[in-house]
Amino acid sequence: MTEPRLPAALAEIRDEFLELGESDRLQLLLEFSNELPELPERFRDHPELLERVEECQSPVFIVVEVESGVVRVHATAPPEAPTTRGFASILAQGLSGLGVDEVLATPGDVAFELGLTRVVSPLRLSGMTGMLGRIKRQVREAAA
Amino acid sequence: MPVAPDPFEKFQSYAHPERLVSTAWLEEHLDDPGLVVVESDEDVLLYETGHIPGAVKIDWHTDLNDPIVRDYIDGAAFAELMGRNGIARDTTIILYGDRSNWWAAYALWVFTLFGHDDVRLLDGGRDRWVAEGRAMTTERPARERVDYPVVERDDASIRAFKEDVLAHLGKPLIDVRSPEEYSGERTHMPAYPEEGALRGGHIPTARSVPWARAANEDGTFRTADELAAIYRDEAGIGDADEVVAYCRIGERSSHTWFVLRHLLGVPNVRNYDGSWTEWGSAVRVPIVTGAEPGTAPGTGAR
Repeated sequence: MTEPRLPAALAEIRDEFLELGESDRLQLLLEFSNELPELPERFRDHPELLERVEECQSPVFIVVEVESGVVRVHATAPPEAPTTRGFASILAQGLSGLGVDEVLATPGDVAFELGLTRVVSPLRLSGMTGMLGRIKRQVREAAA
Repeated sequence: MPVAPDPFEKFQSYAHPERLVSTAWLEEHLDDPGLVVVESDEDVLLYETGHIPGAVKIDWHTDLNDPIVRDYIDGAAFAELMGRNGIARDTTIILYGDRSNWWAAYALWVFTLFGHDDVRLLDGGRDRWVAEGRAMTTERPARERVDYPVVERDDASIRAFKEDVLAHLGKPLIDVRSPEEYSGERTHMPAYPEEGALRGGHIPTARSVPWARAANEDGTFRTADELAAIYRDEAGIGDADEVVAYCRIGERSSHTWFVLRHLLGVPNVRNYDGSWTEWGSAVRVPIVTGAEPGTAPGTGAR
């Protein structure tokens, strides 16, 4: 059995993290956090369309769109929760634009490959794992 | 104490008024020699988005917990952590953080395990400082490294382990979690499923006093009279009692520990940091479900 490979955009993000020393990785996570795009207008006024990620300790909401087999991930989280925003931003940037099968083949424990285990702690990273699980489930439902 | 206490009137009716500082006082004293401000948050990146000028960051996961064993760092690691942040043994430490100071209170409790004498909380924490529009910066202070002695952690006086709690059953025990966690409807706090346990409920005889009852809407502590009504009159805690507080991993109960020990002045209070994540998953420890405290097994007490 071969190891599941990361989609190109996520692999690039992982390499960006791994090239840095541990303390600089937090700074990069903060950059991702600041880059989390605003929700598209069609979701901004419709919070009921978004799903709360219960695995995260802060209120983060995600919604997935699949159009012609292409996945788009949108997320929103408050500025007081920069870590959660960072995770959401990594997944939104790393998964948007991929095909359904590519998203579903993304390893569930990708959060632990970013070199953040020591600087962020495993407990906090499980929030990102939960987020990815919910994204995949939404993709599966949207593609069905 | 190297730095004089905040004379703010509200604090004077607490048993130990010198354990709190107000935001206005702190703003005036940021540059005092012998004072270091420490931010301690749930969110590991929050400090990086902006903090009180001059404040250093100490994180409970990555700085205070041992990376391997479920325990706190040892005396040597603590000395290194303090020294690297420019904190000497006689430094006045002002702690503040997010979530009504949960993690700041937790850090304060851990610092106390190492016998650091002058540790104080910023009343209202980070949210209040921000809400009042006080200065924030993203600039990391360059603090000169100082020598901090290697001090053995004292786990005997303010920390309780599972065995201590088993032997304690029948004496005052405070469960500071939400009512749903206490009754056993939930094995974890809403939105904290990774910190769950295999069983739901509470430790037999524990009284439910959710931590938030000690705080006002703005995160500041309630007045001494209000706190006495909750903990002394309602929960029946007296100065002669030995008290143990617990929650899920020991951070919310650090908040209650601070209230009981420093604001009400109850001399003998311990925090059970193993808390429900240990008790609710341990084999063959007694558990009670529902809204009533229940009785201690084999003793018929309460």
